[in-house]
Amino acid sequence: MDLLEYQGKQYFARYGVMVSPGNYADTPDDAVRVAEQIASYPVVIKAQVQIGGRGKQGGIQFAQNADEVREKAAQVLSLTIWDRTHTHGYPVNRVWIEKSSDIASIDGRDQEYYGSFTLDRSAKQYLGMLSAEGGVEIEEVAENHPDAIARIHVNPVEGLTEAVTRDWVARANLPEPAREGAVKLLMGLYDVYTKGDCDLAEINPIILTPEGSVVALDAKVSLDENAAYKHPEWADFAGTSVMDERDRLAAEKGLQYIGLDGSVGIIANGAGLAMSTLDTVQQVGGSAANFLDIGGGASADTVTAALEVINTDPNVKAILINIFGGVTWGDKVANGIVEALGRVALKAPLVIRIDGTRAAEGRAILQQHLSERVMMARTMVEAARTAVELAAKG
Amino acid sequence: MSIWVDQNTKVVVQGLTGSQGRYYGLLNREQGTQVVAGTNPRKAGENVEGIPIFATVKDAVEGAGANTSFVIVPAQFAMNAVIEAAEGGVSLIVCVTEHIPLHEEAYVYNLLKRDFPNVRLIGPNCSGILSPGKCNIGFTPAQVSMPGSVGIVSRSGTLAYQSVFELTEKGIGQSTCVGIGGDPVPGTSFIDCLDAFFNDPETEGVILIGEIGGSAEEEAADFIKNHPKKKPVVAYIAGVTAPAGKKMGHAGAIVSGNKGTAQGKIAALEAAGALVAPNPTELGNLMAQALGRV
Repeated sequence: MDLLEYQGKQYFARYGVMVSPGNYADTPDDAVRVAEQIASYPVVIKAQVQIGGRGKQGGIQFAQNADEVREKAAQVLSLTIWDRTHTHGYPVNRVWIEKSSDIASIDGRDQEYYGSFTLDRSAKQYLGMLSAEGGVEIEEVAENHPDAIARIHVNPVEGLTEAVTRDWVARANLPEPAREGAVKLLMGLYDVYTKGDCDLAEINPIILTPEGSVVALDAKVSLDENAAYKHPEWADFAGTSVMDERDRLAAEKGLQYIGLDGSVGIIANGAGLAMSTLDTVQQVGGSAANFLDIGGGASADTVTAALEVINTDPNVKAILINIFGGVTWGDKVANGIVEALGRVALKAPLVIRIDGTRAAEGRAILQQHLSERVMMARTMVEAARTAVELAAKG
Repeated sequence: MSIWVDQNTKVVVQGLTGSQGRYYGLLNREQGTQVVAGTNPRKAGENVEGIPIFATVKDAVEGAGANTSFVIVPAQFAMNAVIEAAEGGVSLIVCVTEHIPLHEEAYVYNLLKRDFPNVRLIGPNCSGILSPGKCNIGFTPAQVSMPGSVGIVSRSGTLAYQSVFELTEKGIGQSTCVGIGGDPVPGTSFIDCLDAFFNDPETEGVILIGEIGGSAEEEAADFIKNHPKKKPVVAYIAGVTAPAGKKMGHAGAIVSGNKGTAQGKIAALEAAGALVAPNPTELGNLMAQALGRV
């Protein structure tokens, strides 16, 4: 789960990472109320959307007084922030308002840094990255000035000590006035990452203020959903992420579903097989409308739920069910499919492939229920080809 | 021969008294595996269909001669169960449990590496390990397998089953099928499996099934390229069409920016001399070709 900036900042504050005082608002009036509480102008008004590039699209505005807050907040709240390819737009429903921070300048350079913790899957340890060149895309820094990023590996069993952090900050060439504050902030960020159960905890930029404070000016936090049971406070974050109708329904039914843009609805048992089915559909000239893994069991209830979610997708012109009978036998899955077909009216023709344990028995069961709308194919490639042809006829 | 498990493997099931543990523990026993014990501190002294329950893994090792643990408990208990197994004295731990928090998984991996370097963990979030006719721990459908000389290593469970099936259909048996799991920090890697298969005199070829996310397949490709005893490798990588930034069912199956793509993995494996199948159905044909059994 990716947090919005303001949620990330609130999460940072729990673990002692310094952020500017602020709050969120959903209307211009609320924005004024928040600004008056902060009681120190100028304030900055930032669009809260799950996508980068908002600054260039007018999603970050400064205000000198209450009237300006009302005006600018109204402006930002009326925006839709687009992704790079301009295919998906994210309407701004919420803004974060905080005290505008002055950034110290040393030797003519604004003091903006970058810091993050994530997992290095290769090393099987945590990777900390710190750079004195913050405020720009870290990928660009990695490309153009790889030496400007100081990396550190942390063994999860040993943890991060203050001495190691101090050395890391020195290696990153942070200027002397920022070092003490940076050590404290990074140790806090490590706690956010580990105790806070994050997949990623990133700040870009970290700034040094003229008063000598080291502050997180942004927050990028991705939470590990497998740890949700340890964090009842995460319930506050739910409901703000953008989901389309299909995703919402799938989440409600507890399905492993990812909506895509194609026209062939996919149901498979197993994540690997589902991914592989998407690929095969593309190989034969089609495109998948979704990823959907119904797991090993593939009961009538799960198949029903899966078909219901796929039915809500207007782009779906054909459906492909791809089953490999493992521990759950093919005949049992076939019975589940037949029962589900009795419960859900299909909006598009269906092609089924069953292979593996007791596949012959499974196919015999399905044989009695075939029609112009329900077909069977022997192999995965054949099934994909049939589904793609059907989708093309639409 | 087989790798890591055989007819002498004696399994203690942590979770045997739970519904999933009971189902798969008994199924594995029916398939010929020596399931010698279960654990549950509150049910020590009882039994499940004749399999004695001990309070701890240590007791099961001492009392029933267990040398391998099968961990099939809910996610919130799984990593402690793995530590208990390592401390209890088994040399192999197979953990099928999914949804383990990332930081627990990373901690346990590094703890085992430091304090129990001779203990092998397979998983978590994996399908288990099967050596046809000898031993099966986990979910792999033994009924579609046959004993033979091809080793299989796969992140995905279902695709591993499918490759076993495709080989059997072609009359090609399997030495061992290892599901290493779909998580970001698996206890056993592709390289661990390749090394064991390349050194196993009975294994003649290896099927490697990878997917998007991380760089384990690229590392495996380097390993294959440089191995003095390398054998024919047939590979398949799932997720060519997966969008960036989405976890495709498995916690580890995610393309980050331009890293971890299927295309990069396929190119690396091909450069290392592996035959890469366009879809899982072709795995059997390609292996038959690689072994000259067409």
